[in-house]
Amino acid sequence: MTHTTEKVPSEAAAPASEGTTPLPAPRRTRTWRVLTPWLFLLAPLALLITFTYAPIANMVAYSFTDWDGVSPELHYTGAENYTEIFTREDLFQVFFVSGYYLIASVIQIVAALYFATILSFQVRFRNFYKGVLFFPSLVNGVAIGFVFLYFFQDGGTFDTVLGLFGVHTDHAWLGTPFSANTSLAGVSVWRYLGMNFVLFLGAIQSIPGELYEASELDGATRWHQFRYIILPGIKPVLTLTVILSVSGSLSAFEIPYIMTGGATGTETFVIQTVKLAFQFNKTGLASAAAVVLLLIILLVTWVQRRLVPDDRVDLV
Amino acid sequence: MTRRAVARTLVHLSLILATVVVLLPLGVVLLTSLKTENETANDGGALTLPNNPLNFDNYVTAFQDGGMLTAFGNTAFILLISVGGTVLIGSMTAYAIDRFTFRFRKLVVALFLVAALVPGVTTQVATFQIVHSFGLFDTRWAPIALYMGTDIVSIYVFLQFVRSIPISLDEAARLDGANAFTIYRKIIFPLLKPAIATVVIVKGIAVYNDFYIPFLYMPSQDLGVISTSLFRFKGPYAAHWETISAGVVLVILPTLIVFLALQKYIYNGFMRGATR
Repeated sequence: MTHTTEKVPSEAAAPASEGTTPLPAPRRTRTWRVLTPWLFLLAPLALLITFTYAPIANMVAYSFTDWDGVSPELHYTGAENYTEIFTREDLFQVFFVSGYYLIASVIQIVAALYFATILSFQVRFRNFYKGVLFFPSLVNGVAIGFVFLYFFQDGGTFDTVLGLFGVHTDHAWLGTPFSANTSLAGVSVWRYLGMNFVLFLGAIQSIPGELYEASELDGATRWHQFRYIILPGIKPVLTLTVILSVSGSLSAFEIPYIMTGGATGTETFVIQTVKLAFQFNKTGLASAAAVVLLLIILLVTWVQRRLVPDDRVDLV
Repeated sequence: MTRRAVARTLVHLSLILATVVVLLPLGVVLLTSLKTENETANDGGALTLPNNPLNFDNYVTAFQDGGMLTAFGNTAFILLISVGGTVLIGSMTAYAIDRFTFRFRKLVVALFLVAALVPGVTTQVATFQIVHSFGLFDTRWAPIALYMGTDIVSIYVFLQFVRSIPISLDEAARLDGANAFTIYRKIIFPLLKPAIATVVIVKGIAVYNDFYIPFLYMPSQDLGVISTSLFRFKGPYAAHWETISAGVVLVILPTLIVFLALQKYIYNGFMRGATR
């Protein structure tokens, strides 16, 4: 990046109001030159600080108090909120729920990678399949929640389909913690697979075609092509997807909140935090929970950056 | 059959299976939305066809009693302002960061970079208090301010594009007497069209689908956006799957139309938006 612009002597940059004086005062020109970028940044920075950094600072401050979010009174309680999060079993429980979503995202990434690979070669109705796989990621979350509430309800779509194959069960899919969490994690695979798929497909298609031709001359199989050309070629996108999936699994909210409201052991970290803060008025405790989540996500990102340096993989 | 043929059949089977898995749940909801109350309550199968495929009564109920008309109005209002604002803010930030050297430039860049790592869902506990203190709570300006203020991805997209615009264009304009604002308005902004398309698509879809922010910040009935209004169907229509289904179809239909019309741009938009 170069910044030659600034080296151009720019009397022209002086404001129009100075038209009366033939030569603008050099000091005013300089003031304007210093000021111009800040004028552009004024609104963006104000919004960034108000809605990202001020909340983080406040949140950390609240997390050491017993504030209820309304009353003018609050007491400093030290690290009490943090000990409560890690020692109260019902609060800690939510981390295990994230496990379902983590496993689901592994399945999701593998499936997305599979479909992206086969659809990067010539297949009949390729665009149709691409559209079908991608469409769910554009659909409104509440709509998806309702679609699958109907899908999993007693005598709903899922039971009917199973019935077609001769499997008759009156299992309530959202009735026990294990099957409810599995179903919800399944819905999140349905919803987000397409996004991963399209990213992988784009990355695969940006790999130069000669590489495949050359490898075919060398007698490479499809598996070899996948292992030694495609996989290294999409490594940057793949690692990005992995961190996004981890932080997505930890902050799962919409699907479980809409479908079960966090009942039958499906409460996730974010549902719990929202309930603590806005239903039980425990702003202090909720802030501590949010700080913990934020730290975990930052840690995951940092570890990922450490393990896989963000270099573009050189293919040729 | 050769091994290759078997492999190809398996590939096709997997694609067909995936298509069924994606389309079946959606198709069933479409069927249900055309059924009468009796049909959904009585017969056993979710897969049966409606008796009258042109029965749009449930849509009328969803629109009139479910408040979907207000919801679409509110969503459109929030969408237009926040997407417009995001485009302006993102392009201005990118222009300032890329085209000027100034004190604390590195710090500013770092502030935006780090903010991109902070997931919005975690900070809402404290953001809520700030929005409240501005008196924005339970107004349509709360989501607008949050959508405009916390979008870092679009700044990245704009930054990439501003970098690709040759600086010689700026210089030529400067010699012709243009100041920094004229250069931004007359040269940079018009050349950013592809980036603007990307941001409008990605941001537009995100705003249209968002549930969390309107749910937290606009509890009033008449301030429902499509997500929250549809969510409220859960109470009064709990057992009326035909009405809920009609609401679901109403919400998905615009997305489907936009997707079919703008497919190419949407794929490109999401690829650019995510890989920054």
